[in-house]
Amino acid sequence: MSESYPTDLYYNREHDWARVAQGEATLGITWHAQDALGEVVHFEPPEAGAQIAAGGSYGEVESVKAVSDLISPLSGEILEVNPAVVDAPELINAEPYAGGWLVRIRLSNDAEVDELLGAAAYEAWVAEQ
Amino acid sequence: MSDLRRTPLFERHDRIGARFVPFAGWQLPVQFTSIVEEHRAVRSSAGVFDVSHMGRFEFASTDAHAHLQGLLSNDLDRIAAGEAQYTLLTNESGGVVDDLIAYRRSDDTYLLVVNAANCEADLARLGPGVDLTDDSAMLAVQGPGALAALEVEIEAFRWAEGQVLGVSCLIAGTGYTGERGCELICARDDVGLLWDTILERGLVPCGLGARDTLRLEVCYPLHGQDISAERDPYSAGLGWAVAPHKEFVGSPALAAVRESGPREKLVAFVMRDKGLPRAGMALIGGGVVTSGAYSPTLELGIGLAYVAAECAEPGHELVVDIRGRHRRGVIVEKPIYRPGEEY
Repeated sequence: MSESYPTDLYYNREHDWARVAQGEATLGITWHAQDALGEVVHFEPPEAGAQIAAGGSYGEVESVKAVSDLISPLSGEILEVNPAVVDAPELINAEPYAGGWLVRIRLSNDAEVDELLGAAAYEAWVAEQ
Repeated sequence: MSDLRRTPLFERHDRIGARFVPFAGWQLPVQFTSIVEEHRAVRSSAGVFDVSHMGRFEFASTDAHAHLQGLLSNDLDRIAAGEAQYTLLTNESGGVVDDLIAYRRSDDTYLLVVNAANCEADLARLGPGVDLTDDSAMLAVQGPGALAALEVEIEAFRWAEGQVLGVSCLIAGTGYTGERGCELICARDDVGLLWDTILERGLVPCGLGARDTLRLEVCYPLHGQDISAERDPYSAGLGWAVAPHKEFVGSPALAAVRESGPREKLVAFVMRDKGLPRAGMALIGGGVVTSGAYSPTLELGIGLAYVAAECAEPGHELVVDIRGRHRRGVIVEKPIYRPGEEY
């Protein structure tokens, strides 16, 4: 797919996105992040039930050349890891905002959403990099 | 990256969207489109690498042969004019200062192609050669379709002078991928035309990323990682490149290692668990990974590691400490991948 940053998502400056609905969020990495990494060949997921904190690492994605921490945009409890991406991490490159989602969490602090960037602000951040 | 050297093809690489990394003082393309796609192109058809950063030095004098015989580990008497040899430059302790290819041009004329990072260390030991690096350029054309695409015939470890796609080249049957193919050295001013013509023939431009995964699958060592001045050739499995009967710098120390056997050995391994080994990772129970990557051919993590000699047998399990996680792998026969075989 080509470069895009959907307007219904929230972003952090570490190039992770969150899709927030009804006290839960799905998380993933942005088009820019997967493009910078190159083909993702390994996803090291967290355990279901683990608590993750906004700004903290909750897993790793690894390309042929490099490893990158996943920095959670929001705090909460891991409800589900995307099993399709564990088996086929290249989904992160092919569909970073759809089939390439990484985890689903139950939010522990809804107010954190207000700290995140919208699509336009994130795109401006990417342009500065 | 302004203080980094650039090859004569830098602008061409930049124009087609290459991503660059600093490497041994040079700004070089790590990938053009995708490491995995470039890797697979070389395994299935053919790819072309700009390797103009490799050091190229000519030694031509009446005592060049004797001089190099006293410094390099392999036996230059085994090759004639028109032949090439993989060899090592060793220090007094038998450590590997560099690994290189010697191309014999005549009785007393040699071209040495050395690692870019080691040019200074090499020349400190080899003495002044004629540095051809800046005035020439070098391409590696690799893959089962490489020679046919260039309309070139050359045997492995032989070289000849000739025309390739209209450009005068030194054509060598060498490379760093395990595939058939050649390396071409031409004048700096001619390499643009040669590169353009090769791409017009449909060969895939490849970067350092694919070069590294290709060489790792066939277990070619990378100097600075798998071999170094602190490691001897026998530990690295390169005893075949050490002539046992001749004297050279390091030969007494190497005779002692040959006698006692190395205490550690460089082994190849594949991961059984998920996760990718990387250079510098420790093995649980002793040992260290010196190269590690994702293998695009096998689609799993592979690597090279030094382990105690008594634990170096294929089939022996090892455990890699991947950022605190213990992940299992198993030692396999080298090479990890043999070109031409189905997996």
